[in-house]
Amino acid sequence: MILAELLDLDPAYWTTTVIKILVMALVVPTTALILGIVFLFKMMSWMQSRVGPQEAGPKGLLQLLADGVKFMQKEDIVPDRADRFVFKMAPMVVLVSTFLLFVILPAAPDAVVADLPTGVYFALAISSVSVIGVLMAGWASANKYALMGGVRAAGQLIAYELPMVLAVVGVVIQAGTLNMNGIVAAQNSFHLFGWEVLNVPFIVTQLPMFFVFMAATQAELTQPPFDMPVAESELVSGYTVEYSGFRFLLFFLAEFATAFAFAGIAATLFLGGYALPFVDIEQYADLYWFLGPAVLFGKIMLISFLIFWVRFTYPRFREDQLQRIAWKFLIPISLVWLAVTAIAKVVW
Amino acid sequence: MSALLAQTTYTYLPEQVGFWMIAILMVVAALRVVTTKNVVHAALWLVVVLAGVAAQFILLASEFVAVTQVLVYIGAIVVLLLFGVMLTKAPLGRSDDLDGPKVQKGVAVVIALALLGMMGWVLAESWRDTKLDLHGRTVGELGQTTGQLSDSIFSTYLLPFEAVSILLLAALIGAIVLARRD
Repeated sequence: MILAELLDLDPAYWTTTVIKILVMALVVPTTALILGIVFLFKMMSWMQSRVGPQEAGPKGLLQLLADGVKFMQKEDIVPDRADRFVFKMAPMVVLVSTFLLFVILPAAPDAVVADLPTGVYFALAISSVSVIGVLMAGWASANKYALMGGVRAAGQLIAYELPMVLAVVGVVIQAGTLNMNGIVAAQNSFHLFGWEVLNVPFIVTQLPMFFVFMAATQAELTQPPFDMPVAESELVSGYTVEYSGFRFLLFFLAEFATAFAFAGIAATLFLGGYALPFVDIEQYADLYWFLGPAVLFGKIMLISFLIFWVRFTYPRFREDQLQRIAWKFLIPISLVWLAVTAIAKVVW
Repeated sequence: MSALLAQTTYTYLPEQVGFWMIAILMVVAALRVVTTKNVVHAALWLVVVLAGVAAQFILLASEFVAVTQVLVYIGAIVVLLLFGVMLTKAPLGRSDDLDGPKVQKGVAVVIALALLGMMGWVLAESWRDTKLDLHGRTVGELGQTTGQLSDSIFSTYLLPFEAVSILLLAALIGAIVLARRD
């Protein structure tokens, strides 16, 4: 016990911390698997008439297992002239930034890893760290295609970070807080024009910002139509071209878990998060322990559906179109709506 | 034992251990930034140093500054640096032409030591007997600090804040003017 006192240990704190870490270690890969099965294998194969994923097991449900085993079996190849350490670290850096995104996502008033006062600001900062991992992967592969893919990814992520931040700022101004729980509570008690019946989430007042945020999310995930960095017909697969087996699986896992996390952030910012309209958070706090995660999951699946719907149906943008959309279209829209939000906030 | 502990000056042992671990890592990484023979490695070591700074801010319960450190320095400046390096020339392996002349190295060492001495002296002088009471406070519980920070930026320090904004805007426009060739 002396050691515990010397180290100033608080057993309750460490117990909850260990539980939180274990839950995160389980939840994050599971989210990637859910999105992989539901959207990549089921929705995509129906929309694009792909027969493969319909065959393995009953209704093609075992396809993911088959693919997972396939990736595990593959040899872990490091190119001869590659920078071995940086090459091996790159997928880890990307995965770590993905895990950290989940830290601030609340599934119920108290079901959150860290209820940071700077919540959504933290998420924006952490999401920019994955760019470092992408650049590391592109450079260390000793491959021109990989390097071009990495540089394209970085240029795209820099360009689309600004509209994403501006879209978030609109919500933050309306909610009056950066804290994720605070944003949920603000929407739960928000009445449009002061009418009790119009207890609506922020998507109604921030619709242009929702559009901008979703476009920027798509670009951050480097998914079609914003997939210039991994354009398979010209760059093979960009910065992941030299990765095989388990390390490629890490990139894959990070991409889908990040999609889930961003859908969660979008659901919290624009759709009211874990809360339902007319069901008060404080009054029904106990109910939300069960209701919250289910409601949040439903909203995340809805937004993920939008993300993947666009992904599977739109053709790729050219590099100049991609930059023009960010700088001449998304940023002006968000700036205008930011001004509208700020004026409305001051007037009311 | 516990009575003895209460009297010692080093009461916040976990914070102390954390500080020294991060500090040593930062010093090693900082030395590697200037001694490594590969320009991309130097940038990646710089990431370690800057992440260490963010970690130290978290130890001081300054969450907002820590997040800003990550967003601005790691997410923007180092990414831009790496982007620029990779867009022009980023050879793998050792590059022997990274070293400057001997005189330049000497001057750099002198300036670095002078800065270290000056900043150390200024910090020691101004904080001499001040103690920050961070005991038992975790980042999440300090809900007020971010609000207090924004309040002081937009009231007491409004004029410097606006001046810096205009300065940055001028720099931005200047960069565009210099980069455009038409």
